[in-house]
Amino acid sequence: MGSVGMAYAALDSDVDVVSAYPITPQTFIVEKFADFVADGETHAEFVCVESEHSAMSSCIGSSLTGARVFTATSSAGLALMHEMLGVASGMRCPIVMAVANRALSSPINIHGDHSDSMNSRDMGWIQIFCENSQEAYDTTIQAFKLAEHKDVQLPVMVCIDGFITSHCMEGIKRLDKSKVDSFLPKRVAELKLDTDKPMSFGPLALTDYYFEFKKQQEDAMDRALKVLKRIQDEFAKASGRKYDVIDTYGLEDAKTAIVVMSSTAGTARHVARQLRASGKKVGVIRVRCFRPFPDKEITAVCGKLKSIIVLDRSCSSGHHSGPLSDSVKSALYDAGIDMPLCDVIFGLGGRDITPKDIESLFLEGLDAGKRGAFKRKYKFVGVRE
Amino acid sequence: MSDDNGSSFKVNLKELAKDRKELLAPGHRLCAGCGPSIAVREILKATRGPTMVVNATGCLEVATTIYPFTAWNLPWAHAAFECAGALAGGVESALKAMAKKTGSDKKVDIIAFGGDGGTFDIGIQSLSGALERGHDFVYVCYDNEAYMNTGIQRSGATPHGAATTTSPAGKVIPGKTQFKKDFIKICAAHGIDYVATGAPHLWNDLITKARKAIEVEGPAVLHVLAPCPRGWRFDPADTIAMSRLAVKTRVFPIYEIDHGVWRLNAEVKEPLPVEEYLKAQGRFKHLFSNEFRHEIKRIQDDVDRHYNDIVRMCECTGGMPPTKSPPSSLPLSTK
Repeated sequence: MGSVGMAYAALDSDVDVVSAYPITPQTFIVEKFADFVADGETHAEFVCVESEHSAMSSCIGSSLTGARVFTATSSAGLALMHEMLGVASGMRCPIVMAVANRALSSPINIHGDHSDSMNSRDMGWIQIFCENSQEAYDTTIQAFKLAEHKDVQLPVMVCIDGFITSHCMEGIKRLDKSKVDSFLPKRVAELKLDTDKPMSFGPLALTDYYFEFKKQQEDAMDRALKVLKRIQDEFAKASGRKYDVIDTYGLEDAKTAIVVMSSTAGTARHVARQLRASGKKVGVIRVRCFRPFPDKEITAVCGKLKSIIVLDRSCSSGHHSGPLSDSVKSALYDAGIDMPLCDVIFGLGGRDITPKDIESLFLEGLDAGKRGAFKRKYKFVGVRE
Repeated sequence: MSDDNGSSFKVNLKELAKDRKELLAPGHRLCAGCGPSIAVREILKATRGPTMVVNATGCLEVATTIYPFTAWNLPWAHAAFECAGALAGGVESALKAMAKKTGSDKKVDIIAFGGDGGTFDIGIQSLSGALERGHDFVYVCYDNEAYMNTGIQRSGATPHGAATTTSPAGKVIPGKTQFKKDFIKICAAHGIDYVATGAPHLWNDLITKARKAIEVEGPAVLHVLAPCPRGWRFDPADTIAMSRLAVKTRVFPIYEIDHGVWRLNAEVKEPLPVEEYLKAQGRFKHLFSNEFRHEIKRIQDDVDRHYNDIVRMCECTGGMPPTKSPPSSLPLSTK
């Protein structure tokens, strides 16, 4: 399962501390790790905290002490630790967190959508969305290297679709211990709580200093994309599996493309393959690294497109553009690319989007490309109205 | 003072005076006469080796670490208001895990400081979790009896009748209506080995207890009265006097629960009436009006009840020989 794979990734990455609180659909991650600890397979301390707020607080304490730290959450848990996300990133703690994306309340819903991660997108965490279990395992290991890199020093969220990926049974290939160890050396924290070199962490920074802290954080985020690419290349050498900050399908001649994240990319590619077989020029852009957002990488592949459809698995309430669509539009605008764009809100609360839905969208995109406009620039697909 | 756990640490004024290194250095921005600063300096005199401090948001944290300055001469971390317990647990777990890897046997003590706000109220969950999980650390609540850092708002530790900005003394309501939360009982209920109260004027007692708390394997909690001239409305020169009055009137009993044995470390055989304490502070001055004077009796009754409860517990756990006088006729709880 995608979730269990991430527990193995944390184990293989030789984490020192896991402080976590269970929440569906991430629970298997912490349960699996608890098994490793109970069986003596790891030296790691497993701290069963009493809430997600304490989970992140505890992770921060461990991270400041120089340990390699991992945790996992979803939905309400991510919301509960929200305050601490900013503390972690502001204090440059290289924590890696698995997020099994799940809808936020109310109503309470345990299924997959991106509202939880999207509501945390401005909190200074690197956010990578994985399509399947193998990618989730691989990316968790990469995430430690990325987070701990001296040019980055930022926490990383590795996201998978709740239930769809977290609970689906897939075989994954683990990386040999020797390969992981040479890819991912021990964490060496330059600045940490150390009785030989006393320092204070988490000061009060008033109007005369706060802004500089934030600018430095943003500079680190800017550097993170390049660092991630290098790390992905190194990982490819170690594992034979290649990753990039976006991946594309059919963009060499597509007239319309769907931009999507996470598991739905698989469905989109499947439909695109069928349509392309019948001569329709359609393509798929999967955004893997959402924060920092790969503006240039996306605009670089949009050259031949006549229209774009963005699939957002969360809403930005009160604004006719979801979070992914906002970022895509911003990238296009900055690159001077003006083309018809339709933002589709889908899959909230785990509602399925079907191959038929996606096929209609592709056809609509082709049509919009010819006419120069979409009938509606913002719509909900799959909901009863 | 009992020292039954065999510790060889003895508080010696001469030795203390010789120790010129301050782990909480001067030059921080706490108010003149700040009770917490005195309590913290005393507690830090009890450290036995490498020590790390974590701090909840509050007066202490904010006034000692205004970037780019810090007053702390040891490793120190602050994350947020309500999570000192979890932060301490995280530090402790990391040290444990990394020591397993390296085989190091270096002992590092961890002290968490939180005000009554960050401890009794918003921080209670985090503290409870840390106590329940049994992390090896000392939690010190410096109690100035309100959210002082944000401008004197009431907390669960604010005593009955005290005026704060969110429990003001008005025409109809005379200050805080609830009584102080029994923090020691809450901590003791977690089954930890050592819980104690302290006051800054009883420096020998406090430093001895701090060392005891550090030496306990597992969690230990100190609840220290930390008078606040600003919030309690008294002259900054009178902080120690206020601490003394609190104990002499039995308002703040000095006791410990050491491996289940309750001990009254400062027995007050002839207490001063609580009125002596109340009239010395501006936050209680409205209680002396005709309209609200009856509150003083309620406060006295509550002080008597609380102190007598502690005496009873001392007697029945072996911390004190049983008295010959009959048990108090007051009910066990007053609301």
